[in-house]
Order: sequence, then C-alpha cells, then structure tokens
Amino acid sequence: MGRTLAEKVWDAHVVRRAEGEPDLVYIDLHLVHEVTSPQAFDGLRLAGRTVRRPDLTLATEDHNVPTTGLVIEDPVSRTQVETLRKNCAEFGIRLHSLGDIEQGIVHVVGPQLGLTQPGITVVCGDSHTSTHGAFGAMALGIGTSEVEHVMATQTLPLKPFKTMAITVNGTLRPGVTAKDIILAVIAKIGTGGGQGYVLEYRGSAIRALSMEGRMTICNMSIEAGARAGMVAPDATTYAYLEGRAHAPQGADWDDAVAYWDTLATDEGATFDAEVILDADALEPFVTWGTNPGQGVSLSDTVPDPAEIDDANERSAAERALEYMDLAAGTAMKDIHVDTVFLGSCTNSRVEDLRAAAGIIKGKTIADGVRMLVVPGSARVRIEAEAEGLDKIFLAFGAEWRFAGCSMCLGMNPDQLAPGERCASTSNRNFEGRQGKGGRTHLVSPLVAAATAIRGTLSSPWDLVQDGTIPADAVPADLIPVKL
Amino acid sequence: MQKFTTVTGVGVPMRRSNVDTDQIIPAVFLKRVTKTGFEDALFYGWRQDPEFILNQPTYQSPRVLVVGADFGTGSSREHAVWALRDFGFDVVLSPRFGDIFRGNSGKQGLLAGQISEDDAETLWEILEAQPGIEVTVDLVACTASVGDLTVSFEVDEYTRWRLLEGLDDIGLTLRDEARIAEFETHREPWRPRTLPARQVNS
Repeated sequence: MGRTLAEKVWDAHVVRRAEGEPDLVYIDLHLVHEVTSPQAFDGLRLAGRTVRRPDLTLATEDHNVPTTGLVIEDPVSRTQVETLRKNCAEFGIRLHSLGDIEQGIVHVVGPQLGLTQPGITVVCGDSHTSTHGAFGAMALGIGTSEVEHVMATQTLPLKPFKTMAITVNGTLRPGVTAKDIILAVIAKIGTGGGQGYVLEYRGSAIRALSMEGRMTICNMSIEAGARAGMVAPDATTYAYLEGRAHAPQGADWDDAVAYWDTLATDEGATFDAEVILDADALEPFVTWGTNPGQGVSLSDTVPDPAEIDDANERSAAERALEYMDLAAGTAMKDIHVDTVFLGSCTNSRVEDLRAAAGIIKGKTIADGVRMLVVPGSARVRIEAEAEGLDKIFLAFGAEWRFAGCSMCLGMNPDQLAPGERCASTSNRNFEGRQGKGGRTHLVSPLVAAATAIRGTLSSPWDLVQDGTIPADAVPADLIPVKL
Repeated sequence: MQKFTTVTGVGVPMRRSNVDTDQIIPAVFLKRVTKTGFEDALFYGWRQDPEFILNQPTYQSPRVLVVGADFGTGSSREHAVWALRDFGFDVVLSPRFGDIFRGNSGKQGLLAGQISEDDAETLWEILEAQPGIEVTVDLVACTASVGDLTVSFEVDEYTRWRLLEGLDDIGLTLRDEARIAEFETHREPWRPRTLPARQVNS
C-alpha cells in the first residue's frame, strides 16, 4: 500500500516507536522567537541542560517589535526581546535581531533563507508554523514545554495523526487568490474540522500556485484545527529554493532533489478523509464573524443566525454579530472599514505587497481610512523598496512600516481601538485579537487594496465597475471577472 | 510535576464554544518572561463584564471548568494553560479541544478531558441548578461525578499515564539519548543547518 506525503516525512524521522506510546520524532529545524521561549530557556537552566543542536536552531525577533523604528519603547516588550538576546548568546543560538536584514516574522524568515526544505520536520512555538508545510515539510506549532523539550533533545514525542486530502480542482479566476481558497476551506470544514489531521492540499489549483500562495494556504491550516498542512514539492518548490543561502548546493542539491522527488503521495495511498473544492466557482472570500470559519463570498450577505441548525454554532454566530456590530442580511460590500492591515505571516511577502500595490497605484486612500503596510521581513522590505512599492503605498496614503507581526495580534503598539473595524490580510478574526474591542474581517491582499480605495469591503472588480479604474489600467491577471 | 489521581472542587459551567486561546489570555499578557502570575489575565476581555461567570462570588476558587466544543483553538500560547492553572483550575472538560492546547495541558498538569456534547449539556444543567456544587474528577477511572451523576471522559492513554505518575517528558525522552545520537549519525549531510550551508564541489 502506498503512503501519503505526510506519512513519508513522518516515518523518516521516527527515532523510537513503541506500542501504546507516541512516536519519538526527530526535529530538523527549530525556529524560536521572543514570546514563547523565555520560560523554555529558564527550564533548561533550572535543570542544568543545554541546547542539543544549536546548529538546527534559529531565532528571530518578531511578535513584540515596533514597526515604526528600531527602538522598543515599551519596557516590558524590551525586556522580553533583551531576554531572547541574552538567552541566544548564552546557549549559542543564531539570532536575527532588529536591524538585521534577516530579521522578521519567523515564518517568513525560514523560507527566505532556504532553511525550510521539503521532507524536513520543522517546529516553532507558534501555531502558524504550519506555513512551512508549503514546501512539503512536516511543520508543527508547539507550546513552550515542547520548545524546551526540542531544545534539550532535538525530538518530540508526537501522537499519530490522520490524513485529510483537500483537493482543489480547476483554475482560479483572475482576482481570486490562495487566501480565498483557504478561507473557503475553513468555512466549509469549520474551525474544528481538521482536528487530529494533517491536511494535504492537492489538485490543479494548488499546483498552479506560487510558493507564496502555498504558504498562505498552509499557514491557515491551524485555523481549521489541523495539526499541519502540506503541499507536495515540485518544480515550483525547487525553483524557489535553488540558490538560497541555506539550500543544498552542488552535488548536495542533486541528492536532495532526488530525495524530494520521492516524497509525493503514492498512487493508491489512502487518506482518512477528503474534501473537494472547485476553484472555478470560488469568489473573493471574507469573514463576517469572530472565528475564521465564519466567512462568506464577498458578494454575499451577513448570514442570519436563525437559519443555523446547530445550537452551539447558532449562539456563536449571535455572539459574533453582536461583537462585530453587524446585522444579518447586510451586504458584505456595504461594510465600512476604518483600517486596512496588509501584513502578517499569512500575507506579507513581496508577492502580496506587489499585488496590492498593483491595485492602488496612482489612487488615493478613502477618506477616514488608514492603511498599514508591514512587510514580513527586513529583506522583503528592501526588495519591495527596490521595486518602488514603498513609494506607491506612501503616495496612496498608506503607512510603510518595518517588519514584524504587528497588527495581526497587536502585541506591539499597532492595535485597533475599541469598536474600530479592520480589513486585515492576517489569519485570525478572534474577539480583541487586533486590539481590545477591535473588529476584524479577514481578506486577501487584493481585497485589502480595493477596500482601502473604496472604504467598504471590495474586490478590484468593484473598482472597474464603479469607474475608479479602467479595466485595462491594471494587469489583466489582477482583474477578477464579474462573479 | 505532581501526581494527578483525583480532584474535587467547584465546577464552572461555561456555555461557550469556540473559545480560542486569545480569549483565554490576550496577547498583551504574553510579554512576561515568567511562568506564573497569569491568574489576572485569564479570560481578561470577558472579565471586564461584571456578569461574567468567573466574576461571581460562587466561582472564586473553582477547579473544574465545563465548557463547549473547540476549547483552546488558535494560538499555541502555553500561557493559556498557565493562566487556567494559576486561577486554580485542575481540569477542563469539553467535547473537543484545540490540539496544541490539549498537548500543552498534559505537560503542565492540567487535565483536558473530552466528554460528549450530551454530557456537557447535562453537567451544565446540574452546575447551573446548584451553583458552587463540587465535581469529583477521577483520572484512574476517567470519570467526572457530581451529585448522583457520573460521566466518563477520554484522555489519551499516554498523557493519562504521565499525569498519574507525575512524569516529566524531557526526563523520559533523555532515557533514549543513545537512540537519538544513533539517529543523528545517519541523517543526510545536506539537511539544512542554521550555521552557514555546507560547501561541496559538484
């Protein structure tokens, strides 16, 4: 019987297997940041332990850092970042600090360095570690106790998983993106639908995606409750990796590719579950509620909780509408926003910034709307500036910031005020996620850009319809067909 | 870690599903570098409402939380478990947990027991009818009892064993140190390293 991609990667890392116990799994790459690591380092010190493999460990500063400059004003945040610096120095871990070109969101940094590779196991004390699955890696978000465990042993005891195929057939229409696929998947299977599963995204629409698009999709696997999300490596993966600082070189590259080519799910391998989506039927997707499963097509309306059968989901929807201050039946496109956030480990790579800049170029931001553009890493920021994207955003009226997690979770000063409504390219619309009392609609970078122009949730097509831009004024691949 | 066998204490009926870890503890409290003292941060947003259940005098020293499905979804923050422990909770019973949260719980001596939707409803009704009533949770029998009612819960066998024995994961794994070292001898040389990449002539 054939094996799936996930099973192959897992099997290649089992150090010890015993009946009735979790497998002891070797970890190839451990990514570290300032928020979930200080207590783990303390644990090591208390037990007199060391970091077993500093050469498989990399740290960066992201969650807590300011995006307006390189000085951390908040003393509590500063202490946490300084603690990471001290810990990395003490335990011999490579750290990319503020001001370093490789500093940035941990899930942007790993891939851009070429450290994230097919067939490896990656962990990080952050649930969006699932991002790295886009390369065909088994990438797991872990808690602080597990961070300490990996530091001390380079392994984790892990329970077996189930496999789910998410097959997306067909071709995305112009203007519909990876973000819309994953929001539609989560709406379909729910925030608990992936629980216990490793998802494998398959099908022609996934194959056609860039690595950036695949990362966006795998990133949000956790929002469906899944343990991980993966895409089998292919020529797109290799083209992205080749030549990056930590990618294998020379003969090593050939050996690696030969191995990576064996990873795809075998013909005849079976999944424990399968979900099928038709890419041709997808429209831009947005959320209306307070969990990422509460989403609809942008051309749809806010759903009526009374029409939801399940009592728990109905009460969750009622609570969500109250928190979001939305009435059932409201057209999503009639919802006004105060803020647009373009950033986060979901959508802050140069391709995302480029897509948004293509829409807003030469336009002016809507009255009363502010837009934050936060590149995922210092390197992304520099690349974008080399293309002149910063000037496009600034001329539009957006703020061009330094790299970090920023308003995705508002640990730094980038927060929503109570009652403020935001179209956000991030991954979580939980109550208070972007600031106490803040209201979040999850959107793609294209929808974020169009929304910043119109002030209401919009797709680029709406801009063509209302005459803001002529259909031939934006690149053809960014104009969605009328849906 | 202390051994966990039975716990008896006030049960809290929390009729909410999809309680993500951002609700359990908002991100602004994750800036601390310590592992204790998070009790004030637990459910911080909801506790601003005087009517919220944990603001009621009856529930100032609770030990068992009975909550709706998909508890602890979202962020991996272990601070969610620390905050529940710091507030006094030893047990959370729910029809479904976020995977990472459940894993974190087992490492910190917080029992995350999975119950059926029907049993959650029955427990809520009893706890609401008699506020402050105590629940006894028995990890040997995998049961939760209140008044005349006894329901069973599920917890994976390995976590149960570690909780019953009070075992530390890292210590357990380090017994296999020789196997780990052996595994490392046959890792492919081109696998990524965070030190400068290996140079070879092709």
